[in-house]
Amino acid sequence: MPSGLFHEKYETDERVFQTAFVKVWLFVFLAGCALFPFVASKYMISIMTEVGIAVIACHGLNLLTGFTGQISLGHAAFMGVGAYTCSILISTAGVPFVLALPAAGAMAALVGMVFGIPSLRLRGLYLAIATIAAQFIIEFVIRRWDGLTGGVEGMYVDPATLGPLHFNHPIHLYYLTFVLAVAATLAAKNIIRARSGRAFVAIRDRYLAAEVIGVNLFKYRLMSFAVSSFLAGIAGALMAQYLEVITHESFTIHQSIDYLAMCIIGGLGHLLGGIFGVAFWFILERMLEWLTTTLNSAFPDHITWFVSIREIVFGVTIIWFLIFEPDGLAARWRTIRAYWKLWPFSY
Amino acid sequence: MSQAPVIRVEDLYLSFGGIQALSGVSTRLLEGEVFAVIGPNGAGKTCLLNCISRFYTPQEGEIFFGDREITRFPTHAITRLGIARTFQNIELFKGMTVLDNIKLGRHAFLKSGIFSDILYFGKARREELALRKEIEETIIDLLEIESIRKKIVGTLPYGLQKRVELARALAMKPKVLLLDEPMAGMNLEETEDMARFILNVNRMWRVSVVLVEHDMGVVMDISDRVCVLEFGRKIAEGAPSEIQEDPQVIRAYLGEDPMARTRL
Repeated sequence: MPSGLFHEKYETDERVFQTAFVKVWLFVFLAGCALFPFVASKYMISIMTEVGIAVIACHGLNLLTGFTGQISLGHAAFMGVGAYTCSILISTAGVPFVLALPAAGAMAALVGMVFGIPSLRLRGLYLAIATIAAQFIIEFVIRRWDGLTGGVEGMYVDPATLGPLHFNHPIHLYYLTFVLAVAATLAAKNIIRARSGRAFVAIRDRYLAAEVIGVNLFKYRLMSFAVSSFLAGIAGALMAQYLEVITHESFTIHQSIDYLAMCIIGGLGHLLGGIFGVAFWFILERMLEWLTTTLNSAFPDHITWFVSIREIVFGVTIIWFLIFEPDGLAARWRTIRAYWKLWPFSY
Repeated sequence: MSQAPVIRVEDLYLSFGGIQALSGVSTRLLEGEVFAVIGPNGAGKTCLLNCISRFYTPQEGEIFFGDREITRFPTHAITRLGIARTFQNIELFKGMTVLDNIKLGRHAFLKSGIFSDILYFGKARREELALRKEIEETIIDLLEIESIRKKIVGTLPYGLQKRVELARALAMKPKVLLLDEPMAGMNLEETEDMARFILNVNRMWRVSVVLVEHDMGVVMDISDRVCVLEFGRKIAEGAPSEIQEDPQVIRAYLGEDPMARTRL
């Protein structure tokens, strides 16, 4: 048995999945996800759909914040742009979903690029504030542009169809989300291992040096915003299908912060961070939900004590991660993997 | 020797507020030579490099690359001409692997855009693999950094980081290499290695080198010509042996004490 991984060609070394072991587990995981609707309850299927949507959104945010180093607090607003674009195109213009979905992404990308322009001058905290402006401006437009968006009353989302699939059916929507989440993951992985992704990370690590080696900062900063918002737009369009009714309150700064928190917990700048963070977040949320209901039924006189358990625990979790594992679960995963690679030997 | 100048600097003036960093510096880099720029701290050596690599824009004067004026070129466009540089304080991308850092050096020459990157198929993939092969077989091999190619740059010791930075500069297909204190903070062995690499690159790949360095032993040993700056002015230029004898240089460096001459 070989005692390690020995490549004889550069081609094999550049592969994403290098060993049969990894491939088998990946296949098992994907097959598990594909067969999931056959065994799971309706509730679990809808939760998993939410997870898929969040994974797409988080990959987008991770490319922007984790890989390019540009903090964005307007991610949910870009999702809103995608959600409204897709829904309006389907309902009023009668555009088929196959076209409306990429159009939602493209529209979000466009809006994202416009709000990404300040990134040329602003960095860090200042850029974060500028993206909050994006969040509020977009929310304001959604609320006030009655004729197009239904204003404060929101709009009903006409269920989309794609061939034999009708996305008002939760299982159909689940499969669509699942396929798109896998596609988003692959796309993000390909970006970060190729030329554009390297430029993103270069800008994050040292933008001056990046410019000297020939990276056009303006182009790649905007491109990062575009790719990130495109994924947000797709996630938003799916979210609209999932929610069935969208209002200006569906995509608030609260969600933007949640997505950022998921990325931090999962690991900014790690591809798996988007997936781990979302998984952790949703599992914690379900556990807290269970805990709250149990406590409520056990102590019905003290319901008011338990209403903010969720907020408290999430707050503490984020602080805990920032202090003890700033690189997130993905970094922890890497450490564990490195350990088991050599086990039982120490080196 | 009738070599053509690769870079010509004409009468460069650069000031920051009241500080005159360069005042009227003119010099030229000839093809295929190792050209050292020395001078006491604050003499304007790095400023000169920064002007050539378009980090700074001089208030007056012109810079030519071959026949082309590049004084106001955008910074990111300079790489494509064939000017690569390293920095005094290492400016690597610390969160990436050595290999990715070196690949980034080639960024300006690669063609794949975001859409072909997403698919990582066909041309984009072939380009990546060809780049990997070339980097491995030329740069990594030459600089003897095979063993660290997958390491994260931030975890490497200082001397190796300097070497990786040279590797990244070499990936830029340079005709001119601007090295800002490549030996700073290195021990004797590392310095000798670095000197060997610089000479190899210069001789084997016909790369002209501008070397800013404080280690006089290295400067005198490996450079063909030396330019001495003091307070933003050029006070001498010539072969190392001439520079060592130049009274102005000796005064600038060591004051008037005749005993101090032995240190040059």
